[in-house]
Amino acid sequence: MAILAELQRRFGDAIVEIHDHRADHTAVVARDALLAVLAHCRDDVALAFDVLMDLTAVDYLKFPGREDGPRFDVVYHLYSITHNHRLRLKVRVDEDDASVPSVVALWPIANWLEREVWDMFGVRFEGHPDLRRLLMYEEFVGHPLRKDYPISRRQPLIGPAS
Amino acid sequence: MARTTRREFMLGEGSGTGSGPQNVHVGVGPAHPAMHGIIRIEAELDGEVIVGAEVEIGYLHRAFEKDCEQGGWNNAIPFTDRLNYVSPLINNFGYASAVEKLLGVDVTERCKYIRVIMSEISRICDHLTCVGASAMELGAFTVFLYMIKAREFLWELVEDVTGARLTISYGRVGGVKADLPDGFAEKTLKALKQTREVLDEVHRLLTGNRIFMDRMVGVGALSREETIGYAITGPLLRAVGVPYDVRRAQPYYVYDRLEFEIPTQKDGDNYARYLVRMAEMEQSMRIVEQALATIPSGPINVDFEGRAIDPAAYVDQGKQGKTEGLLLVPITLSPNLEGQQRAAHRRVNVADKRVVLPPKETAYGSIEGLMNHFMLIMEGYGIRPPAGEAYVAVEGANGELGFYVVSDGSDRPYRVRCRPPCLPPVAALHRMITGEMVADLIPTFGSVNMIGGELDR
Repeated sequence: MAILAELQRRFGDAIVEIHDHRADHTAVVARDALLAVLAHCRDDVALAFDVLMDLTAVDYLKFPGREDGPRFDVVYHLYSITHNHRLRLKVRVDEDDASVPSVVALWPIANWLEREVWDMFGVRFEGHPDLRRLLMYEEFVGHPLRKDYPISRRQPLIGPAS
Repeated sequence: MARTTRREFMLGEGSGTGSGPQNVHVGVGPAHPAMHGIIRIEAELDGEVIVGAEVEIGYLHRAFEKDCEQGGWNNAIPFTDRLNYVSPLINNFGYASAVEKLLGVDVTERCKYIRVIMSEISRICDHLTCVGASAMELGAFTVFLYMIKAREFLWELVEDVTGARLTISYGRVGGVKADLPDGFAEKTLKALKQTREVLDEVHRLLTGNRIFMDRMVGVGALSREETIGYAITGPLLRAVGVPYDVRRAQPYYVYDRLEFEIPTQKDGDNYARYLVRMAEMEQSMRIVEQALATIPSGPINVDFEGRAIDPAAYVDQGKQGKTEGLLLVPITLSPNLEGQQRAAHRRVNVADKRVVLPPKETAYGSIEGLMNHFMLIMEGYGIRPPAGEAYVAVEGANGELGFYVVSDGSDRPYRVRCRPPCLPPVAALHRMITGEMVADLIPTFGSVNMIGGELDR
């Protein structure tokens, strides 16, 4: 909890919520402060989160109690090689304003991970150098990991016109 | 206009090629003999030197994460087999551990040991395949055959335990499918001895071999800063001198009780990665040997007396409702259910009826067992972790294999995210090959050990 308390002390209201369910330190960050918090996490000597282990998103459209709330959580899993500790940061975004500042400048791996989140959830990353689909092909319609994307949907066939 | 000679065209001189030198774009893949796995690398060549590259993935995307949301929590286990199909056991256990963390259950001692042993055997298989295949691509076909031979010894062990070679589906939330078979320890020690002989031969063939070193030393190197920035873990991170290994940094199962070293190298090139993988196989074998020596047998069912009963008769009696006393009769199970008999069941599974299917005798022989079975199998019932989220990392063969699971309290996963260990190195592949010769693409790609199943999910 020391990490979370320190973040709260430093960023105040920008840390919306904290919990450490099952000993996973988690903080929900306001979107405006996201870049500042992530940069602090990486550069502060006591935190030194030098690895962006994972970046993903969750669509809370059908989650009990979250139906009306912000639709997406973008989830950052950080790890520090120096201190051997982990932190999960989350930022909530609405469907009609689904965009988050890009962290490619902080960790180069964010380039592909953000492309995957854009591909799968349709969350935009402002300032990303090349926000294309990663796993799907360009002509794919929709974002498959959204909860309102039915698993049986057919996609239009692509290929050279015969 | 004067005709352009071949020399002018190749060197970009003269007027025929427009203005000055032009680079050639070569698409390697998605189906290419040297790409074991489907991936496309578009390389921009200036002569034989790669001056720019773009890597395209997604050809093996099969909606793993979406599929996991469709069925119960245990239904995702067969999908995890197909992530890293060379070491599927580690994926099984990683996913099961994530769900167990969400549930707050702790597996039995014996199960932890089994998971360690099977994970390490898988890790050796994975490294054998990687080193063997990349040596083959450099012309050392003998090494490939030797290493596949060794992998065969290990896969026979996997087959003995799980009943399958590749899509093993052996992990379960709260335990494993079945206990280890009789004589497993002796067979394993014999297989490890044979594997050591093979590794010894390969060491003599490759390590220090002039041709091999010319192709590997100093090729495909990545600096320490970039390796960390690209979130690369596993052998590639240890090859630049960072001794990060989830088994040591954040021990899970019983790794904190076993002795092993984390081999590291300094240079971060293909040769360093090769050395790290070779050394890791030896460490994995050490772990297996120690675990086999100390594995606890756990509670064994000895309080039943009387003769064994034929399984069909057992089921018949159960169906007629004559279940009284039936539970105390030992049963001769059919071979494919053998591992789920009562004695083995208690040893390898948690004693939590909300999570683990009852042993087959109980399911057939008592109404409580049958109800327990149905409550876990029927639609709308099943395992129900409390609402929440959990991230669990295990050390996969390629690095940190993480599972991030979110539950809404129902019987289906709300979200399953796999952090694939080989996506970061592939994301950094263009940094490794730019500036190298086009022929160096092959060993570098081999040392990355791309596994399409987990890369594209």
